[in-house]
Amino acid sequence: MMSLITRSGRMGVVLASILAMLPAMANASWELNLPRGVTPYSNIVYNLHMLILWVCVVTGIVVFGAIFLSILKFRKSQGAVAAQWHESTTVEVLWTIVPFAILIAMAVPATKALIMMEDVGKSDLTIKVTGYQWRWRYEYLDRGVEVFAALSQKSNVARQLGSGIDPTTVENYLLDVDNEIVLPVNKKIRFLTTAGDVIHSWWVPALGWKRDAIPGYINESWAKIEKEGVYRGQCALLCGKDHGFMPIVIRVVSEAEFDKWIAGHKQAAPPVANSASPVATGSLLVQRQ
Amino acid sequence: MSEAAAHHDDHGHHYNGGISRWLTTTNHKDIGTMYLVFSLVMFFIGGAMAMIIRLELFKPGLQFVDPQLFNSMTTLHALVMIFGAVMPAWTGFANWMIPMMIGAPDMALPRLNNWSFWILPFAFTLLLSTLFMPGGGPAGGWTMLPPLVLQTGMAFPFLIFAVHFLGASSIAGAINVVATVFNLRAPGMTLMKLPLFVWTWIITAFLLIASMPVLAGAVTMLLTDKYFGTSFFSAAGGGDPVLFQHIFWFFGHPEVYILILPAFGIVSAIIPTFARKPLFGYSSMVYAAGAIAFLSFIVWAHHMFTVGMPLAGELFFMYATVLIAVPTGVKVFNWVATMWQSSMTFETPMLFAIAFVVLFTIGGFSGLMLGVTPVDFQYHDTYFVVAHFHYVLVTGAVFALMAGTYFWLPKWTGHMYDETLGKWHFWISTISVNVLFFPQHFLGLAGMPRRIPDYAVQFADWNMVSSIGGFVFGLSQFMFVIVIVKCVRGGAKATDRVWEGARGLEWTLSSPPPYHSFATPPEPATIDGGYR
Ligand SMILES: [Cu+2]
Repeated sequence: MMSLITRSGRMGVVLASILAMLPAMANASWELNLPRGVTPYSNIVYNLHMLILWVCVVTGIVVFGAIFLSILKFRKSQGAVAAQWHESTTVEVLWTIVPFAILIAMAVPATKALIMMEDVGKSDLTIKVTGYQWRWRYEYLDRGVEVFAALSQKSNVARQLGSGIDPTTVENYLLDVDNEIVLPVNKKIRFLTTAGDVIHSWWVPALGWKRDAIPGYINESWAKIEKEGVYRGQCALLCGKDHGFMPIVIRVVSEAEFDKWIAGHKQAAPPVANSASPVATGSLLVQRQ
Repeated sequence: MSEAAAHHDDHGHHYNGGISRWLTTTNHKDIGTMYLVFSLVMFFIGGAMAMIIRLELFKPGLQFVDPQLFNSMTTLHALVMIFGAVMPAWTGFANWMIPMMIGAPDMALPRLNNWSFWILPFAFTLLLSTLFMPGGGPAGGWTMLPPLVLQTGMAFPFLIFAVHFLGASSIAGAINVVATVFNLRAPGMTLMKLPLFVWTWIITAFLLIASMPVLAGAVTMLLTDKYFGTSFFSAAGGGDPVLFQHIFWFFGHPEVYILILPAFGIVSAIIPTFARKPLFGYSSMVYAAGAIAFLSFIVWAHHMFTVGMPLAGELFFMYATVLIAVPTGVKVFNWVATMWQSSMTFETPMLFAIAFVVLFTIGGFSGLMLGVTPVDFQYHDTYFVVAHFHYVLVTGAVFALMAGTYFWLPKWTGHMYDETLGKWHFWISTISVNVLFFPQHFLGLAGMPRRIPDYAVQFADWNMVSSIGGFVFGLSQFMFVIVIVKCVRGGAKATDRVWEGARGLEWTLSSPPPYHSFATPPEPATIDGGYR
């Protein structure tokens, strides 16, 4: 009786400690799969990703299953005798044609998605994104607003070698900027990406794509964000020492709020003021507008 | 007669004593050994760099290295592993095995052979010396993309010349393989009787000869852009930074198959041996390898889907890329069919070969996913890509190298290796390598870019798991060295045939084989095309 009580008591302690750990585990992110994102395109990407993933999983089950079965059944130690066949045209033709057919079935939706992504016409708003070592410049071409965005001060202090600051105490560590940009919800936004020094790549995972920002090139992409909120991303292409420290933050709001933000930004002192303009041609462009 | 005794008898004829023996040797086995030892050393140097990377990524925040050094670690890790570890290892295997497999006394161009090896230590001295220079080593990534790579300081010319030397060395090695296989095959050794390792190596050699000069051209243009005022890749001067990427990947994609095709050959030798059953679909294996090599020249732009190509270009490169799944699938299915209704035993080479088939296929799956352009826009330049190419190159190429080492070590040394230790090495490596690389798929899908020294806290958990796997995998490779050293020093006497199911000319020679493999050609009757 006594031992039963202590045992259940011990069980209780174990349960309590597991319960205590739950919030911590909820904080930890053992993320496994691609998130769905918030644009029509990102949803297509997600579905396509799941389609190919399942094709791979099923193929894997068949192939690895056959290997596993062979290992179990055809062991010399269990008296298996090797057959001597080593050719079968039928089988070989079959496993050339079947994968080919599966690939064609996958290529059809992939082609459609690509055609959709490359259709940048009829946009409501155009934003030029320029990458520099190591921050981003955003120009709302048809609204006359310009924003420079670099890593937020808090993250920048914490990320120094031997800063002694625990990154988990910094909100949105490495994914926070000094100036976030604001975008309207449910509008087709055209992004023009380019760069002022080396190649960067502008990537907000929730949009479902990234596009390289290349000096001398202007790449076009688009996104129609269907949900208000704050979305974070990073430079995706190695661009030097601080490549890991040039995040992207976009705040997506209603059209009315967006217009208010634009109006406020036009009156405010140019945001360039607090940070020296990295490239001379950059400021020339602003003046011309 | 043992190898050492054979050497002693021929003293002064084949080589001088001491170090000058190794400097001046023209013997395919000596040179093969040097290639393999060099490769093993580079494997540990590149591995130490990987350990630094995984140590820094163990938890968020910068604890050990600054971002510049981190970037030079990722850059040099790639260059060392590709050009220093895997490629020389394949040339080492080619040197040791091709003459023995085709019934030849030696390689066709023995002096070129010596030279192509001895370029390597100098090239890597150049490259690695940059770590001790002001400004540090190259840190712009192994792909050397301009304009970033042009910001490299003193290390820049060293990087370029090292790449030139490495290219020259591998072209020379490739020419030697082609010359050997086409000129020195024993009578009766027809092309369609060649072991698949020889076949995949000829195809590899042609890929090398075709793609390495392209790399040399690309880096030469970088050199003149930096020092001689040209603007091949500078937009400001009327050039085009994307042009470099097209040229680089025109080399870079065949390079991927240079690293993996010989692995296909080795696995195609090992599985039938331990399955005691002929390889299924020998001719389709040859044609599939040829098809893969052909396709490898028309898919390069899938490494650069996000640079902003026209729609037609994106579609073409997507279709061509996913098409590679067909011949690759044929190979995998053939290996599985070889195991079906066979009589298998599971010595260490077979364990590594089976792990290769499974894990390489996983790398193939993620490759297929990456080949689909619209989704690649999401996967590109993330840890998903890192996971993909490490499955293909570590559990693919490196596992095949280990399989091949265990397979032929008794032939090379005349001693059996320690099977228990070999099995421990296999199991610890296989488990830890998956702990190391599998979570990187999750990290990439969750949005972690590659080549960053520090990351947002939501990536912390899987990074820690990956690092732990990395440390175990790194440490367990010392077991591999112990097995090799023990086997070279002694052990149970190996028979000529070594493995019960072994077929092919190399097993008709003594273990260890005579200094000049086939001084007289083998009897045509002994050439049974054992792999068919
Ligand atoms: Cu960048």
